[in-house]
Amino acid sequence: MKHVLPVLTVLVAILALWYAGAVAMNGRWARDQAARAGVEIGLAEILRDTMQQERPVLPAPHQVAAEFGKTVFATKVTSKRSLVWHGWVTLSATAVGFALGSAAGILLAIGIVHSRAMDLSVMPWAIASQTVPILAIAPMVIVVLSSMGVTGLLPKAIISAWLSFFPVVVGMVKGLRAPDAMQLDQLRTWGASRAQTFWKLRLPASMPYLFASLKVSVAASLVGAIVGELPAGATAGLGARLLSGSYYGQTVMIWAALLAAAALAAALVGLIAGVERVVLRRMGMAR
Amino acid sequence: MIWLWAALATWAGATALNVALAGSALAGRRAVRLAIPALFGATLMVLWEGAVRGLKVSPVILPPPSAIGARIAADLPLLWTDFVQTIVKGALPGYAIGCGAAVLVAVLIDRSPFLQRGLLPVGNFVAALPVVGIAPILVMWFGFDWQSKAAVVVVMVFFPVLVNMVAGLAATDRMQRDLMATWSASYWQGLAKLRLPAALPFLFNGLKIATTLALIGAIVAEFFGSPTRGMGFRISTAVGQLALDLVWAEIAVAALTGSAFYGLVALIERGLTFWHPSQRARA
Repeated sequence: MKHVLPVLTVLVAILALWYAGAVAMNGRWARDQAARAGVEIGLAEILRDTMQQERPVLPAPHQVAAEFGKTVFATKVTSKRSLVWHGWVTLSATAVGFALGSAAGILLAIGIVHSRAMDLSVMPWAIASQTVPILAIAPMVIVVLSSMGVTGLLPKAIISAWLSFFPVVVGMVKGLRAPDAMQLDQLRTWGASRAQTFWKLRLPASMPYLFASLKVSVAASLVGAIVGELPAGATAGLGARLLSGSYYGQTVMIWAALLAAAALAAALVGLIAGVERVVLRRMGMAR
Repeated sequence: MIWLWAALATWAGATALNVALAGSALAGRRAVRLAIPALFGATLMVLWEGAVRGLKVSPVILPPPSAIGARIAADLPLLWTDFVQTIVKGALPGYAIGCGAAVLVAVLIDRSPFLQRGLLPVGNFVAALPVVGIAPILVMWFGFDWQSKAAVVVVMVFFPVLVNMVAGLAATDRMQRDLMATWSASYWQGLAKLRLPAALPFLFNGLKIATTLALIGAIVAEFFGSPTRGMGFRISTAVGQLALDLVWAEIAVAALTGSAFYGLVALIERGLTFWHPSQRARA
């Protein structure tokens, strides 16, 4: 509980800064309008106006909250104006990509731990692949796959899988190597085969590492799915919502989509953390 | 077909060689440790080239590496202007400002446990968010040129570096701090001589993550509007013209830049944190 008060203070400070920023950045527009209309406006009018512009430079928090509430709760879920619907499109791509990426990551890590040749040849490239700004390839992946007839969910899922596989590889390699020499020797004295060592020692020992990297990679795969929606005129998903908002200057819409993306990220990370807590407790590894 | 078989044969041969090399007594040598991944990378290229030629894949879907290489050689001036626009003007200033600000903030909030307890969960939360999403907003605020790209980069690199730096400043143990106290070191002396050096491994962890984020931020921000140059601009327009060899050329430049940037930061890290166990184990 000792964290609640400081966190609340910081959040309140952010909100206050946000309101101040809204007044400062939207004030010019309000003054310009007044000058054009030939009226003198005082501070009170400026304050009132900056809080309720239709296309503000920086929408005030309550405007974003209102738009978020309207598009999430007051709109039918099946409607194209509903953020829930857009969020669902993004979430499904994220989920498929996350599943593909983490499965590939775990398999690759198992290969790396068991084959020295693979460790020496693949690992440097896995690291190098992450210094590549992979999101830059996103538009191309989408266009190429759609020219081969693959459209919809899968191209986005591939991008998000690519982003999410690396944290899993690194974490899982570390985890599978976590058992120390004493434990490995113990299994050898019991005449355990490699498969038995893997199932009974390495895999259980890797669980805390696996979950730590899954939390990173689920956030990364959400980023991948959103960026995958940017190019090629996607019409559905939070990324498409960001793009059309920026085309039409609908700042409130962008901020509401951002808020939805943040909520989604928090929910996904929270979900993994919940699974982690249950699994580690059942395994007797909870800290 | 002959191309495909030749490529597959090369792949099998190189893999066998790699397995033999990795299992042999030579595997400890530095040259061999570099040769194995290099061989693997070269094999991937050969496999790519062979598959594209052997299966007659249209260059609109996947150009072979040789075509991409030819494109790079032919379009060097174009690639250079894009590089200057995106990397030198967008990513690097943003990286410097963002990391500098994060380190400063970390040092400033270091004296207040209250602020730390408040900022750290928020910072961790923001670090997990899809921060690229603010790109359209910043493009609206700062215009289409490099300023908006640098701003996106600042926001993207700030939180990972902040979180790592705060963790790093907390990395000294009680005994070391007590020792500084017995020498009657002031707060700033303790900071400069003990805690900042101790924070360096953590800081570099954040800085290395931030190198990739900086490139991603600068490139993705160009998807939302840019002058008629820049790597992100070129990628999105070249995709529209199905000039995929140019797209791959840009990607190759981005990959090289990303690796070089990361390598540079890692080199500086090795120079500054030579005392840390993770660096000494490798030597």
